[in-house]
Amino acid sequence: MRKILVFLRDYKKESVLGPLFKLLEASFELLVPLVMAAIIDVGIKQGDRGYILKMCGVLILLAVIGLTCSITAQFFAAKAAVGFAAKLRHALFAHIQSLSYTEMDEIGTSTMITRMTSDVNQVQSGVNMVLRLFLRSPFIVFGAMVMAFTIDVKAALIFVVAIPVLAVVVFGIIMITIPLFKKVQAGLDEVLGITRENLSGSRVIRAFHKEEEEIEAFYEHNQTLTSLQLYVGKISALMNPLTYVIINAALIALIWTGALRVDKGFISQGEVVALVNYMSQILIELVKLANLIVTVTKAVACGNRIESVLSLHGSMEDGKEEAGAEAADYAVVFDRVSMRYKGAGAEAVSDISLKVKRGETIGVIGGTGSGKSTVVQLIPRFYDVSGGVVCVNGRDVREYKLEKLRERIGIVPQKAVLFAGSIRENMQWGKRNATDEEIWEALTVAQAREFVEKKEGMLDAGIEQGGRNLSGGQRQRLTIARALVGRPEILILDDSASALDYATDAALRRAIREMKNAPTVFIVSQRAASILHADQILVLDDGEVNGLGRHEELLKTCEVYREIYYSQFSKEEEVCGQ
Amino acid sequence: MKQSEKKRSQRETLSKVFRYIKKYWFYLILSIILAAVSVVLTLYVPILTGDAIDYIIEEGFVEFGPILAILKKMAVVVLFTAVAQWVMNICNNKMTYHVVRDIRMEAFEKIEHLPLAYLDSNSHGDIVSRVIADVDQFAEGLLMGFTQFFTGVVTILGTLFFMLAINIKITFVVVLITPLSFVVAAFIAKKTFSMFQLQSKTRGEQTALIDEMIGNQKVVQAFCHEREAMEQFDEINERLKKCSLRAIFYSSTTNPSTRFINSLVYAGVGVTGALAAIRAVSGFSVGDLSCFLSYANQYTKPFNEISGVITELQNALACAARIFELIEEEPEVSDAQDAVSLKHVDGSVDLEHVYFSYTPKQRLIEDFNLNVKPGQRIAIVGPTGCGKTTLINLLMRFYDTDKGQIVVSAHPIRSLTRESLRSAYGMVLQETWLKHASIRENISMGKPEATEEEIIAAAKAAHAHGFIKRLSNGYDTVIGEDGGSLSQGQKQLLCITRVMLCLPPMLILDEATSSIDTRTELRIQNAFARMMKGRTSFIVAHRLSTIREADIILVMKDGHIIEQGNHEELLAGGGFYANLYNSQFAK
Repeated sequence: MRKILVFLRDYKKESVLGPLFKLLEASFELLVPLVMAAIIDVGIKQGDRGYILKMCGVLILLAVIGLTCSITAQFFAAKAAVGFAAKLRHALFAHIQSLSYTEMDEIGTSTMITRMTSDVNQVQSGVNMVLRLFLRSPFIVFGAMVMAFTIDVKAALIFVVAIPVLAVVVFGIIMITIPLFKKVQAGLDEVLGITRENLSGSRVIRAFHKEEEEIEAFYEHNQTLTSLQLYVGKISALMNPLTYVIINAALIALIWTGALRVDKGFISQGEVVALVNYMSQILIELVKLANLIVTVTKAVACGNRIESVLSLHGSMEDGKEEAGAEAADYAVVFDRVSMRYKGAGAEAVSDISLKVKRGETIGVIGGTGSGKSTVVQLIPRFYDVSGGVVCVNGRDVREYKLEKLRERIGIVPQKAVLFAGSIRENMQWGKRNATDEEIWEALTVAQAREFVEKKEGMLDAGIEQGGRNLSGGQRQRLTIARALVGRPEILILDDSASALDYATDAALRRAIREMKNAPTVFIVSQRAASILHADQILVLDDGEVNGLGRHEELLKTCEVYREIYYSQFSKEEEVCGQ
Repeated sequence: MKQSEKKRSQRETLSKVFRYIKKYWFYLILSIILAAVSVVLTLYVPILTGDAIDYIIEEGFVEFGPILAILKKMAVVVLFTAVAQWVMNICNNKMTYHVVRDIRMEAFEKIEHLPLAYLDSNSHGDIVSRVIADVDQFAEGLLMGFTQFFTGVVTILGTLFFMLAINIKITFVVVLITPLSFVVAAFIAKKTFSMFQLQSKTRGEQTALIDEMIGNQKVVQAFCHEREAMEQFDEINERLKKCSLRAIFYSSTTNPSTRFINSLVYAGVGVTGALAAIRAVSGFSVGDLSCFLSYANQYTKPFNEISGVITELQNALACAARIFELIEEEPEVSDAQDAVSLKHVDGSVDLEHVYFSYTPKQRLIEDFNLNVKPGQRIAIVGPTGCGKTTLINLLMRFYDTDKGQIVVSAHPIRSLTRESLRSAYGMVLQETWLKHASIRENISMGKPEATEEEIIAAAKAAHAHGFIKRLSNGYDTVIGEDGGSLSQGQKQLLCITRVMLCLPPMLILDEATSSIDTRTELRIQNAFARMMKGRTSFIVAHRLSTIREADIILVMKDGHIIEQGNHEELLAGGGFYANLYNSQFAK
């Protein structure tokens, strides 16, 4: 929690002034019983009406000052809390974005989303409450005690006993509930996870008519959450009654002591009333404090969860090189590269060596889980190698600044993801401020021009979140166009033409080849037809290179390649194809 | 008018909330009774204190006997109060969390029964935010309402009664000034409701963005789009900051304002009380004044609380309204009253003059006719976006046709229960979806009672057994969110295994094998071929090798069937299909 409080830094003024004004307000409030004691001991005893009215004026004055101070305090507190939350969200978002693929695989999306939304909200209201009340309440409690001392030392000793006992009860309950609130939050995460899962899997769930079972599973988790909440609630529910009992026990002691002291002539009746008033002021503050503690406990729990995300460091260190050496002969070189995913037992790929000249097309083919995607994901440095070196333009990818490296590379991932916004906005992901002309050019190459032209508004046509309003094939072509807009030096198609029919796929490949300054292209595919004409074909089997060469060579020398090829083409078609 | 409309909708939301609470009437009544008991006892303490003070007059004039008796009484009262408070708190917790559980449950059930059209066209992040964040916020408001509203009201009434019993005139001072605090609180609450609504809406917007950007972080990073995402985020964040500040600040002025009115009441009581004590009218003593002063505190405190609760409830109601919006969303047309369960599936499927479109503006499928005989294999081909996936949506009745009907085994599908219709199909979709559960649970989704042998046999048939065995916990390996660390191809193999296990009479395969290498695919094809024997199957695939053996090939374009026939016929016809086929090896 401490670490995230640095985000209050920019609101130092507010976070000091807020509590300060609260303290001012509280100080004036502490004067009230004294004024009242004066009314009783002076005004009533002497029957002085003028004095009573004058004191009444003083009370109203105190109230006005109190109001001004407290509204000022509320404003500063709200400003600091809201500003703090905005900063925190910003920092969190930025931080999550800086995490590498490895950490993202680890944490999971829904966790990060809860951290950014409900957790931050809880922390915000926690901070707000703390600024408003956590100083004020203890101040009143201790202030009341101090005031009691000014009246009578012996009576005040009761305050000295009562307050620590109260503190033990209040803080004891907090200590017990904090870890429990963590559990509640985890339960909530669970419920959130199921909800998300059911939204994304609605088709499959319905196809298997699993609705009732999912509802049942949800019911169970929901029930667990509820019983946890009830359990925590039961403990927190002790707070009010316990504090009430302690305060009133103190009150009883106070009256008794007061009676003794008045009898001996140490204090007056009015002063007993003042002492009683101070005691009830403490009670009121404590009730407030107890209610707020629940909020703050939750906030601290949430804050710690946020902090644990913030303290998670990206496993990847950014390079320093701004620009690459342009003169290298080879666009991409793999030198005995191996890579192991975090937490995985075996290497995903091992001992891969490959040299790719500028402008070449490389096909990567192999079975499911053979490491095809892993290989190409190493080029833009989505993951770091665990052995060997990957070079782009003659320089180790780890030396580049990530942004500079990735600028050169256009990647089309397996999963065709688009974002809510217009087609133009989506295309501009590839290049900021890309002109319409550039976009149309890319769309043409990606074979997407035709259907985009048919859309109402063309480039302005809206895309819904995730591209739901487009078919799989349309999405894929748009993601390809998006990668092309930036005119990358290296283009990676990671099995990204799977939803395209053969004709479109072929036309796409031809168009890419015919581009001006055609990029170096990596095509990962299951289809032999897609990579048939590549300059080099890398055949992977279980993470290792099984063959490397042109189609004709591989057909003769590489068993795995041959098997793949003939599983897709019968011999006769091979003839007519050539 | 807008005001009154808002008020009405607020009242409606409130009455809906009460419908949920009604179930827990026992706790509600118990809570109210205990609130009354604890409040009355609490109010009795100042009277006792006042009485005691009246026995402490000055030096030498203190009567210890009666004081002791009073203090003993006080101790008993205090203990009873504490117990009542505790039990009341527990009742309130029970009520709140059960209501929240019920609402969340209902929201989730609704998600399961909403038409897919709704799920397809609404941001998932927003729906999630309703089920989680809004419900949570609502719970908080409701709990605060329960714990403070009753006690508040009872305290006000109780204090009024006790005060009247002591002194009518001073009571009037209190009663005349305090309503001001209601007025102030109501005024602020009214002003802030729309601010809270705006805050809620902006939050929803932000959640949707977060869901999108964080959910697809890998793409964001691949395009170095972090900065833009950040800008977009900051823009919303800035707006949220502004509207939150307004909502929070304005609503937080309630407390100081009402407290100010408290102080006025306090001063008023002090003066009139002191004056009365001087005149010593109707035996008004210093003890009475002390009692009145503490009442003045207690009487106005619930006003503060109630007004605080009201702002909180405003917020809670705004959240509740968003949840109810989801809960009240029109569900899928439920199965017809006389819907029959599809029992003997012969495998015939007829589409008769089917019309369908997602939006009225864009017509998609028009006058579509198709007659499928039992056991036939239907391949659907065509350029991307031609309506192939739509056809599946209609067959499975994820969407209903606009006009015309689909008949399965001589039953129009609208007359069948969805469950029986859907379980007649085995479906493998382009988008692989797996549950966050063990591999075993995922595979046995369609047949929970399957034995270990059956599961392994199915996995072997789908060529998934090999890689499953290599996972750390084999069949008990728990798959992470969104399929976790499995590759796209492995996920697809699992989806196929899922269907292999239950072997329904009809099959729908949408791009089923696009992410599987062809060697594995070849083996799966064989398994599929066995599986498809005697089963009507619809295959959407781009691989012509898959399609070649189909009985009917539907060539679709722009939602229409432009050609229909088997491979040889279509090739001979020299139409669209022939072009498509010949382009397979185009350079």
